Amino acid sequence: MGNMKLTLKVWRQNGPNDNGKIVDYPVNDVSEDMSFLEMLDVLNDDLVRKGDDPIAFDHDCREGICGMCSLFINGEAHGPGRGITTCQLHMRKFKDGDTIYVEPWRSAAFPVIKDLATNRGAFDRIQAAGGFVSVNTSGNLVDGNAVPIPKDDADKAFDAATCIGCGACVATCPNGSAMLFTAAKVSQLSLLPQGHPEAKRRALAMVEQMDKEGFGNCSNTGACEIECPKGISLEHIARLNREYLVATVTKE
Amino acid sequence: MASKGLFGSSLVKKYWMALTGLFLISFLVVHVTLNAFIFFNDGGVTFNTGAEFMAKNPIIRTMEIVLFIGLIAHIVDGLMLWSQNRAARPVKYAMEKGSANRSWYSASMGILGTLILFFLIMHLWHFWVKSRITGLHHYGLDAEGQENLYGAMLEVFANPWVVLLYVLGCFSLFWHLLHGFKSAFQSLGLNHKRYNPIIAFLGTAFSIVVPTLFALMPVSIYLGWIK
Amino acid sequence: MSVKLDSKIPPGPIDKKWTDHKGHIRIVNPANKRRIDVIVVGTGLAGGAAAASLAEQGYSVKAFCFQDSARRAHSIAAQGGINAAKNYMNDGDSTYRLFYDTVKGGDYRAREANVYRLAEVSANIIDQCVAQGVPFARDYGGLLDNRSFGGVQVSRTFYARGQTGQQLLLGAYSALMRQVGKGSVQMFDRHEMLDVVIVDGKARGIIARNLITGEIERHGAHAVLLCTGGYGNVFFLSTNAMGSNVTAAWKAHKRGAYFGNPCYTQIHPTCIPVSGTHQSKLTLMSESLRNDGRIWVPAKLEDAKAIREGKKKGSDIAEADRDYYLERRYPAFGNLVPRDVASRAAKERCDAGFGVNKTGEAVYLDFSAAIERYGKLEANVKKLENVTKEKITELGRAVVSEKYGNLFDMYENIVGENPYDHAMKIYPAVHYTMGGLWVDYNLQTTVPGLFALGEANFSDHGANRLGASALMQGLADGYFVIPYTVGDYLADDIRTGPIDTKRPEFDAAEKEQKDRINHFLNNKGTKPVDDFHRRLGKVMWDKCGMARNAEGLKEAITEIRQIREEFYRDVRVPGSGNAFNQELEKAGRVADFLELGELMCVDALNRNESCGGHFREEYQEMDGPQKGEAKRDDDNYAYVAAWEWTGDAGKANLHKEALTFEEVKLTQRSYK
Repeated sequence: MGNMKLTLKVWRQNGPNDNGKIVDYPVNDVSEDMSFLEMLDVLNDDLVRKGDDPIAFDHDCREGICGMCSLFINGEAHGPGRGITTCQLHMRKFKDGDTIYVEPWRSAAFPVIKDLATNRGAFDRIQAAGGFVSVNTSGNLVDGNAVPIPKDDADKAFDAATCIGCGACVATCPNGSAMLFTAAKVSQLSLLPQGHPEAKRRALAMVEQMDKEGFGNCSNTGACEIECPKGISLEHIARLNREYLVATVTKE
Repeated sequence: MASKGLFGSSLVKKYWMALTGLFLISFLVVHVTLNAFIFFNDGGVTFNTGAEFMAKNPIIRTMEIVLFIGLIAHIVDGLMLWSQNRAARPVKYAMEKGSANRSWYSASMGILGTLILFFLIMHLWHFWVKSRITGLHHYGLDAEGQENLYGAMLEVFANPWVVLLYVLGCFSLFWHLLHGFKSAFQSLGLNHKRYNPIIAFLGTAFSIVVPTLFALMPVSIYLGWIK
Repeated sequence: MSVKLDSKIPPGPIDKKWTDHKGHIRIVNPANKRRIDVIVVGTGLAGGAAAASLAEQGYSVKAFCFQDSARRAHSIAAQGGINAAKNYMNDGDSTYRLFYDTVKGGDYRAREANVYRLAEVSANIIDQCVAQGVPFARDYGGLLDNRSFGGVQVSRTFYARGQTGQQLLLGAYSALMRQVGKGSVQMFDRHEMLDVVIVDGKARGIIARNLITGEIERHGAHAVLLCTGGYGNVFFLSTNAMGSNVTAAWKAHKRGAYFGNPCYTQIHPTCIPVSGTHQSKLTLMSESLRNDGRIWVPAKLEDAKAIREGKKKGSDIAEADRDYYLERRYPAFGNLVPRDVASRAAKERCDAGFGVNKTGEAVYLDFSAAIERYGKLEANVKKLENVTKEKITELGRAVVSEKYGNLFDMYENIVGENPYDHAMKIYPAVHYTMGGLWVDYNLQTTVPGLFALGEANFSDHGANRLGASALMQGLADGYFVIPYTVGDYLADDIRTGPIDTKRPEFDAAEKEQKDRINHFLNNKGTKPVDDFHRRLGKVMWDKCGMARNAEGLKEAITEIRQIREEFYRDVRVPGSGNAFNQELEKAGRVADFLELGELMCVDALNRNESCGGHFREEYQEMDGPQKGEAKRDDDNYAYVAAWEWTGDAGKANLHKEALTFEEVKLTQRSYK
């Protein structure tokens, strides 16, 4: 069925405390209609039949929205192509005879679990530090239309809110910074009136947690914005910078 | 990694980097303006007048101290960021295609800064040490009877290797500014669709004009365009 | 009817039932809530909302998900929107109308009281989500925008571009993370529930596997909430996430929870067709495309054949030789017939040999007419004169791109063909399962203390779900139903104290799971898990998919039993149980699908009628204007089939909950 032959150079690592290494795998019969993950499925199928250990990698929805898939492919987060996740990357982007490097996200804050799967719990902890509006479930809130929100603000908030938490920004950033992820949430909520009351507290708390997790510092290279599968803009990082500056200067 | 105080969180470090950077940029404006007096080509008289004013004025002397503090803060802050950023990625990628998503110089600010620092040490040794510490008697007085810092320039820039190093230093400065100028605005949260192109234009223009002017000084002297 | 199936519908008129019920059920006082543990399995809309809401109330909550973060549950992939009876558009919407549309859309196989409650709380959901900072689409006045959906007559669908599910889930996730930050919810991600533990007839905890370390853990609680989604992955290929599974619900079933209407499966008509044997999942193209696209196949068999062989292209077929079969069969609704009808019509044409891709299983969804129509409109708007055909196409494309650009890009990315130039190819795919664990009005299963919420239960959609109603149900259950009803149950537990996980019931459940894992790991098989899953999926799709018949279902049962037997004998699961082992995870899930699949066929075989997503070829209108349409049998099948596990999926015991319709009159759905 397939017509491409590829050589994969895949990072294999048994566990978090293991030293990993790159291992070469030839893959034959790759069809250009396959997604990158389906190509790995084929390789794994083969490995299992041979009695070898299949390659561990994270994935779930396979339609670019859950944020579970990762993979640093040929030196880029989610591989070549823009605005897509690894599960949306199709093999027609490659050609017969290609050698493809496949590595996990590299970050001190994302320890490798096995092979290509990493632990991104740091993102959850950043979110838990303040990425919410403190509102309890209630059947008696004000009507959804009680506070009109300018369409532009709502749209911008949405743009920030499309973050899927995949970690491509961290993986791509030469400094391993999580600013785009953190900024997307802070920015979304600071653009909406519902988020205003806690805006300062949120910015301070989320940045503090981000720093604790061991991410690097943003130096405005803009790499994250380009590799972000959802195209989240650096504008949101600037908004976080602003929010945090005001919060720092005015806190008592 | 989180620490409190003056260089507290990652964002506070970033603000310091931006503020000290912008401060150093403002110094460059003064410095390049004053040094450009050599292009009057009047045997350094105008330039020496300016230099003497800078050397004697108590406000300027105070600012000089602030300048050194700013420079050191920029360096220390930069080193802290650099070491934290290294620690944030303990295992490097076997294959990393940075060219796909960033300019090389934006990701090389530490190296460029280090090159500029080396250049700066040489530059201070050439001029600041002589002007402020050891004195300029060796170069006599200029036509107006002023201390002759210009004379020191003529001597230093007679050496082609020094001229080359100065030009390379200016190149480092160019790349460093090309990212640093607009980056400082972004760090301070000044990002607006309407004004971004203006900032970008000013940044690029500044990064080209200032280092070019600086580089022209040793080159012009070496080639004898000014005397 | 079984005595055990007490639906506990409160008395009184339908619009007062929920209010009265809430006012009369017992509640637990705040001090006591702290001493009560609740386990929530699954962190999608239902689970995330429930875990957050219960923790806010003061219960001590443990939440579990198999993904690496609670934010990744598959609710996130819902595109279209969420219904709510707000009547912001002043188009005559009301709680009653939403209720009526849902019961009718479900082909009269849902429980009226539950559906009414769903419609009643729908408006609260929108208010709640707005307060959480969910960025719904707004108009220029700053107010919430609505669109129409799925053929209903009002605009009641709230949306956030094509990512409504994502935005709602992130809202629930942020509420959940807030509680995690406070320590009121303990979050267990990368944990898979393997069994529910029953003590003295009540659900008192679960056995879960830590997917990173492989450790088998025991967790005790006073109530267990299953919010684990649907089981569409029994078909192997579906629009579900790769990890979506039935394990939690199935284990609950095996511990005494009845399984309701397992055969009700929703097949979505507009998905990207299968491209080859490597295919791992199917991608949905939003239903909204049917507003502008026209669906057709060639009218002549030789044309279809030539297209399949690559000798002709769709654009080579003259207008007169195209069969716009939906417009032909359903002139009143045309391309906008409900999902089940559109899906079956596509299958009918492809089965007759008119399919248009290599596999013969695809139909065209063509935008050329829309491009031309919009192009001309634009030309008029721009007051252009003597416009060329190319200019019209260019203008039309721009409009289509504005409306559906992201979908077209997605299509091109997957298929490698530009859908502006070549008609899109689509085919139906499994999307949602209306069936699930049987629950009463309080969302409690037949096991006391074991509740099921969202897609995991069977309750609100009958035999067919309307578009934009899944999100509504998940959040309604999680935010506004369970926080009340679980209190009524837990009021008995304020003196129970912590559940002792050293009890023999936990020992036994844990041993059972360890034995099963060891069996897989020590099996000297030859084939990977996916091999069996694919085979199961094919049997299910061919014989228990869009159209079913008695003969095929009987064959399917035999074949599934064979595959199951072979699976346990010949599956190969490499690696160890004490580590991250994705093959082992899959093995457990497929083992459960292999039992569920059989029960689905048993249920489909039992239901001698056609209703909603369940179409039995023997039960269709044989003549008259409705020829070929589904034929319901309200006299004999207006009941919920709730199946009791007896030790063998093929020998499940049927219990019937009769459905009585007091508000809605039963009629045949007609779209002619």
